Amino acid sequence: MSAEENKTLNNLTEQEYSYGFVSDLEQEIIPPGLSEDVVRWISRKKEEPEWLLDWRLQSYRTWLSMHEPHWARADYPVIDYQAISYFAAPKTNKDGPKSLEDVDPELLKTYEKLGIPLQERAALAGVAVDAVFDSVSVATTYKGKLAELGIIFCSFSEAVREHPELVRRYLGSVVPRTDNFYAALNSAVFSDGSFVYVPKGVRCPMELSTYFRINAKGTGQFERTLIVADEGAQVSYLEGCTAPKRDENQLHAAVVELVAMADAKIKYSTVQNWYPGDKEGRGGIFNFVTKRGLCAGRRAHISWTQVETGSAITWKYPSVVLKGDESVGEFYSVAVTANRQQADTGTKMVHIGRNTRSTIVSKGISAGHGQNTYRGLVKVGRNAHNARNHSQCDSLLMSSACGAHTFPVIEVANTSAVVEHEATTSRISEDQLFYCRQRGIPQEEAVALIVNGFCKSVFKELPMEFAVEAQKLLQVSLEGSVG
Amino acid sequence: MLEISGLHARVANGAEILKGISLTVGKGEVHAIMGPNGSGKSTLAGVLVGRDRFEVTAGSVTLEGADLLALTPEERAVRGVFLGFQYPVEIPGITNAYFLRTALNSVRKARGQTELDAMEFLTLLKQKARLMEMDPSFLNRSVNEGFSGGEKKRNEILQMAVLEPRLAILDETDSGLDIDALKVVAAGVNALRSPERSVILVTHYQRLLDHIVPDHIHVLAGGRIVKSGGRELALALEAQGYGWIESAAGKA
Repeated sequence: MSAEENKTLNNLTEQEYSYGFVSDLEQEIIPPGLSEDVVRWISRKKEEPEWLLDWRLQSYRTWLSMHEPHWARADYPVIDYQAISYFAAPKTNKDGPKSLEDVDPELLKTYEKLGIPLQERAALAGVAVDAVFDSVSVATTYKGKLAELGIIFCSFSEAVREHPELVRRYLGSVVPRTDNFYAALNSAVFSDGSFVYVPKGVRCPMELSTYFRINAKGTGQFERTLIVADEGAQVSYLEGCTAPKRDENQLHAAVVELVAMADAKIKYSTVQNWYPGDKEGRGGIFNFVTKRGLCAGRRAHISWTQVETGSAITWKYPSVVLKGDESVGEFYSVAVTANRQQADTGTKMVHIGRNTRSTIVSKGISAGHGQNTYRGLVKVGRNAHNARNHSQCDSLLMSSACGAHTFPVIEVANTSAVVEHEATTSRISEDQLFYCRQRGIPQEEAVALIVNGFCKSVFKELPMEFAVEAQKLLQVSLEGSVG
Repeated sequence: MLEISGLHARVANGAEILKGISLTVGKGEVHAIMGPNGSGKSTLAGVLVGRDRFEVTAGSVTLEGADLLALTPEERAVRGVFLGFQYPVEIPGITNAYFLRTALNSVRKARGQTELDAMEFLTLLKQKARLMEMDPSFLNRSVNEGFSGGEKKRNEILQMAVLEPRLAILDETDSGLDIDALKVVAAGVNALRSPERSVILVTHYQRLLDHIVPDHIHVLAGGRIVKSGGRELALALEAQGYGWIESAAGKA
């Protein structure tokens, strides 16, 4: 690649993070440190029932005996868990906001900067937003409309209060509290998140959306999301993340559980744009997330789509357990690592039922000194007759200092399985760039065009408004502008 | 229109390939550049469009008085320079229609013209596709991906038809074409001939010139133009090969 092209690529991939601002809000924060007392404090603060406190405490005790995993292809110092504050809530009226008018205007301004369609824009876009600001949900729209259909869409805390039987039944049913180090930590100290229940035969008429934002300095964010689609129900859930600029690394350890009953369909889309750190790798979010879906019944269908452009380190494997016969699991991913970002991401497809199918499409883009790893497991159990999997893993390299790594694991215990894996690695081609430029397309736009083309098979899985946002984010992470 | 004067060029930090080329292409003229393999034909085309694998060591190139060599490839495109690639490039995931609209609107924007919206562009594109006898389904396929050799070349001429260049350089557009595809491509180029548009045909074989009749023919050998003439020169080459030219020129 020529010096000039390298220069442009560098300019493009070293864009400053444009969402780095801090809201000036009074926060209620507990002092750093983790102990049983802190777990009790969080639970009491949230006025939780006894069973949930017990669940948290058991998780905490298990976590104490576990070790921070370092098998991922990412270098980072050992995290001091006693230096983190485990609860931060915006300090507003004691009783909490009843409507948007009651919400702190500073908070609304922050959302406005992020372009979150919370008010009229939400109505126009048909999006119901459950906005999570640090640890507490501050506003939930469209709840009434959804309630008419029997759909529950609320903060996790509210679900614990209003629908304890549902929470108790499904919490930890897909990701056990002892599943892994970070899941156990989350189970002990999770602050808030979203809860969705779609009753039998109901199709959720709008995309459900949550925006996460880490705002307080030195606080971890431990989201807990639980989505249950009962028999024949359908729901599409969108999750978007941006975080303001900070100098020290911040920990984000979320757990997302999806349960799809027979003939139910859950589509979960993420656009993740946490602060990635600066050019030298200072700061940035550590994103250690456990996401898993269970196809519990026949013909259940779970689809994960993710666009990961942010975070200093991403450790994330949205997975599907295909328990129901003829169930379907899908994973579509675009992961971008620029500057010093490191991503170790992929999926697990666990085939248990008969005639189960799964599809994996992973697109990794590495620029600057970014390191991008795909790690995947396709597991076909003994009784999973006629299981089918197709995996496609493509890597695009944009600089000479970046890296792309692929670790696909396939375990098959049934001879009728058909498992296919295709992988490619390519550099952004000088010939492609020149071809575009000869046709009059400026270099920056040519890069955007080629990268968007590379990601096309994932972007087309995103809901329309997110596809646009995803292209915008790619542009911010890699390019000046998309034509 | 185009004025090439004493042009020397080499592969970046490598051997000199063009050793003093001078050539004037007038408005609306069609010039054919012929020559054996390795004579410098494709290097000349590459230098004119600003491929940075080539380095100009001496000489000048002006387009309507402007110093072409000082411009980036995209700036040259904005001035109306078009290259029909010998090996058109594939861009997976981007449709032909989207690519062409991005290209056309990029140059229109740079020229201070209004950009075309999706409907206006589609109307234009369909009309041009008919000219090239291209199935409309091609417009929604990824750029050149899975196209046959003939389809790729036809697609190049379609792009030329949409971008309406002032100077079109067609690099070995006939290579890899069967006779039917050659006729379609030639018909497309002929339809685009205009008093406002100059064309440089770079070719090894004279058969293209049966279908696109040039005003002037230049024979390139050893990095120099060794002979210029009219139609009869191509026929002499067809009959006698390049050997006599090279020896007459005392091959450098």
